[in-house]
Order: sequence, then structure tokens, then C-alpha cells
Amino acid sequence: MEPYPRFLPVGDAALTVEFGDAIDPAINAAVVALDMCLAASDVDGIIETVPSYRSLLIRYDPAEIGFDPLVAALRPLIGQDVWSDGPGGRRWIVPVSYDAPFATDLPEVAERFGMAAEQVIAAHTEPDYKVYTVGFAPGMPLMGGLPAPLHIPRRQSPRPGVPAGAVIIGGMQAAIVPVVTLSGWYILGQTPVRPFDPRRGNPFLFRHGDTVRFRSINTAEYHRMAALPWDELFSLIEATP
Amino acid sequence: MIASLKAIAPGPFVTLQDSGRRGWMRYGVPGSGAMDNESLAVANALVGNTAGHAALEFAHVGGEWEVTAWSCRIAVTGGSFSVTVDGERLAANASHTLTRGQRLKLMGAPDAVWGYLAVAGGFDVRQQLGSLSTHLRSGIGGLHGSVLAAGDELPLCLEEAPDGPEHRFHASPRPSGPLRVVLGPQDDYFTPAAIETFLGSSYQVTHQGDRQGYRLAGPPLEHAKGYNIISDAPVPGCIQVPGAGQPIVLLADCQTIGGYPKIATVITADLGRFAQCRPGRTITFDAVDVREAQRLYRADRDSLETIGHQVETIAARVRRPFWLLQ
Repeated sequence: MEPYPRFLPVGDAALTVEFGDAIDPAINAAVVALDMCLAASDVDGIIETVPSYRSLLIRYDPAEIGFDPLVAALRPLIGQDVWSDGPGGRRWIVPVSYDAPFATDLPEVAERFGMAAEQVIAAHTEPDYKVYTVGFAPGMPLMGGLPAPLHIPRRQSPRPGVPAGAVIIGGMQAAIVPVVTLSGWYILGQTPVRPFDPRRGNPFLFRHGDTVRFRSINTAEYHRMAALPWDELFSLIEATP
Repeated sequence: MIASLKAIAPGPFVTLQDSGRRGWMRYGVPGSGAMDNESLAVANALVGNTAGHAALEFAHVGGEWEVTAWSCRIAVTGGSFSVTVDGERLAANASHTLTRGQRLKLMGAPDAVWGYLAVAGGFDVRQQLGSLSTHLRSGIGGLHGSVLAAGDELPLCLEEAPDGPEHRFHASPRPSGPLRVVLGPQDDYFTPAAIETFLGSSYQVTHQGDRQGYRLAGPPLEHAKGYNIISDAPVPGCIQVPGAGQPIVLLADCQTIGGYPKIATVITADLGRFAQCRPGRTITFDAVDVREAQRLYRADRDSLETIGHQVETIAARVRRPFWLLQ
């Protein structure tokens, strides 16, 4: 196999640059760096880029630039130093109610790991999560940083009807559900924060590279926050750097 | 009274689609847009719109629609769809001028899946994320982010059909040869025998298909190192192969991140004709080098841009005051 980075054609109008074969902060940082360098560059014919865990998808117009010239233009952009506090580095404190009826799978997860529900909540609210990619559903943050004691294989078959605002874990990852969806992940709680709302000026809350921490709230606080106008809720979750 | 096209009994899957949205995949919103961009471009050319304008896209059956504008010019493309106005048969792949109160009925085509109904001047609907294209999962685009339902009124930009003659388009049969693919990005997840099987066998389009993708049935493709990759972003045309080894060709509403290996990607020029394959159709694949695929892309792009020159004028329309039309 050729060494990383690998430049792989994805049909005639896209290519993917792979930096490794693992979910790993250093590999993801290389993805972020190329994405930022490319955005700041004057390479012609780029339509859009999609950063994910270990690779960057680049959609381009082959009428403007061919595969080989594009690869040649990308090579010098790789490995450049980028400022670390770039546009990806925002922090969010996301309130979560871990109470019934929201915490659908919390008892099952606690039992599986031989933990008390409070221990699961403590473990889930402890770390800083990194948004590795946004996708699967509109605005859905897929995050690394889930503590090892909570790593859990996905269900055999996904469940329909997982609600918007569900705070879920699956494999080594954590996520927040933006719209009702099918998911094989485990629901630990519910947040009044909506990662996606087409009625907002900017419908998407999270960006690739953001940092998220969860905070436990009770049901009364949940309902109070859920009734707030978006700009007020937004000011509660935005963490000053 | 607004000038509109009103849904009386629309087909079960009618949405507004244009040439799609760009720049939102990184937030989990796919490009969407017409399943068959060539047919969208022809429909628009017939009524004097630019190629990527929004049109009604319907799966199999468009249903019944009523004109509430004084008049409007329409065209239906995609295949040999049955088009009638107040019971009278009209030609597909041609423009027609309808008047207020007339009812347009769009039924199936034996040779296509997706039909397009374009209206001169287009629909007066607000864009979301830079496009009128409907994406059901995100609940955006079109009138209200969903399929059109009885009673919906699609406002038109023009209250009256523009002056000028009607047009028609002689649709030449689409190439029926193998679908051309560029191997990868994860062809290394398959055994050499699987690549040989993929390129040497026939696959059938199954009934499991929608705007997100079509599931195929045929000889299973063996994975060389499991069927889970670290999820990455696919594009329309990517052929992903889940554990059971049966390929799925992703299309306009394809998810923005996925964890199945992608053996190959259908070239842009062949996506529209593939999307029009009805369940049961048999297809084969032919691998082309990315450089050859990009030569084909440029040729296809050129022919799409000149589609406007390929429509021919049929008759000068006699313009009458609207009160004579009532």
C-alpha cells in the first residue's frame, strides 16, 4: 500500500485525501490543517470539501482542474503549520437531562458496565469531546473523547424514532441527534439544544473541530431551557475561551 | 388570486428539484438536486429557462395539477410519460401553453422512473441553503421541506405564459452500454476475484431504491479485509458494498458520511441514465481511468450546455387576450 497521505479518486469529480487508517486526534488534525490551507489557497475548481475522521473529501470541477494537476496542487499544502485557534476551535457546554423518560438506555448501559447510573453520568460529563466530523444527519456532531469505560458496540439492528436532542453513544463515539433518526447507538439523555434548525439564520450549531462538554441538568431546568428563545439558549451554551 | 400550479391529486413522490446545493455536505446536508440532470435541462430549455432551474420531479406518476395562473407554459421530460390536459393527450418532450382552470395529468412512462415538469419563468419559492431542492431528511427545500400534497399551491414567477413559439426536443435514445466507473476509493477492500466479478457480471436494479440510492442484486462481492472502513464522505455515484456483498449505488440524496467500503464510483455522465433504470433492469460495469472519465465529463458538460440549441421551434403561438381564453 502506498504511504500516507493517499490521494484516491472518488469518481470523476471528487477525490479523497487519506491521512491514516484510525480515529486519532493527530490524524484528524492533519485533515483539519489541509482543509484550512486549501480554503486559504487559490487552487482553482474546488466546489466543496468534507472533513471526516481520517480523510478530506474534495469535490471539484474536472472542467477546471484534472485529477493529476489537483494532486500536484495539494501536495505542497500538506504538512504546513496552521494556527491552532482557527475558526474550528469553539467550545460548547451542552446541558443534558439524564432523567426518565429521556434517558432511555441509561439503565441498560449502567447494568452492562456494572456501574451506578450516577457513575455513567459522571463519566459522560467528565471529558472534553472533539467534533471529528459533522454528518450522517444534518448538523449531527460525531465526537471522539468518550471515556474507555463507556465504549459500547452498536446495537445489532438500528432503532427508528430516536428523537432530536437525544444524546447518544456508540462504539468509541458520542453524538447529539439533530432530527428524528434511525440509530443503533445508546440514548443516555436529552438536550434542549438543537444541532440543526432550518429556521435559524445559521441552521447548524456545530463545526468540525469544535469542543463539547456535557453538563447534567434536572428535568425542570430542561423544560425551562427548552422554552427559551434560541439566542438566549445559545448564550447559555457558548463557553468563553 | 396568486398565479400558481395547484396540486389536485399529486403522485406519491413529487418534489421540487434544481441542480442541487453546494457547500453544505460538511454540515451533513447532501447536494440533492435532480436525479436526472439531463432531463431537467431539457425540460428547462423547452420552456426557455436556464438548465439548472427548479422543476417538479416525480417518481413514476406526477398526478393531477390545476393551472391558476392566467396561462403558463410547461414541458414534461424524463421519458415517454403520458401527459393529458383535460383528457386530451399532449406530447412529452415538448412545450405546451395551458390556461387558467385547465387540469394537467401526468401518468407513468414505460421507459423511465423520474419525470420533470418545468414551467416557464419557474416557481416563486424561497431558496433554503442556496437551492430550491427538497431534501426530506433535513426538511428543507421545496414548499415546506417535504413531498407535495393535495391542496399545495406552487406560486409561479410569471402570471402569464411568455410570448413566443412552442418547442420540442427529439430525445435520442440514451446509450445502453455498461455504466462506466472509476475504481475506488476503497477497491483495496475487495479481493481481486471480487473486482473481476464486479466488472464481469450483470447486476439487477431491485425495488429497494429511492433518491438516496439503488440496491442491486447479483453475484456477491467478497471483502478482503472486512466491510467496515473508518467512515468517510461518499458522493453520488459511489458504489458501496455492505457485509452481504450486494452493491448499493448512491444517488442525489446520498448520505454525507458512511462506513461501508466503496468499490467504485459511476462517472457523472452515466448517473442520469442509471437513475432512470426501472427495477428489474440489468446493468453491467466497465472500468475507466480517472483521466478518461474526466475527458467524458467535459464532453458531457459541453453537450448539456448546448441542449438549448437542440430544441426546435414547432409553431408560432397566436397570442390572444386572456379574456378570450376563459
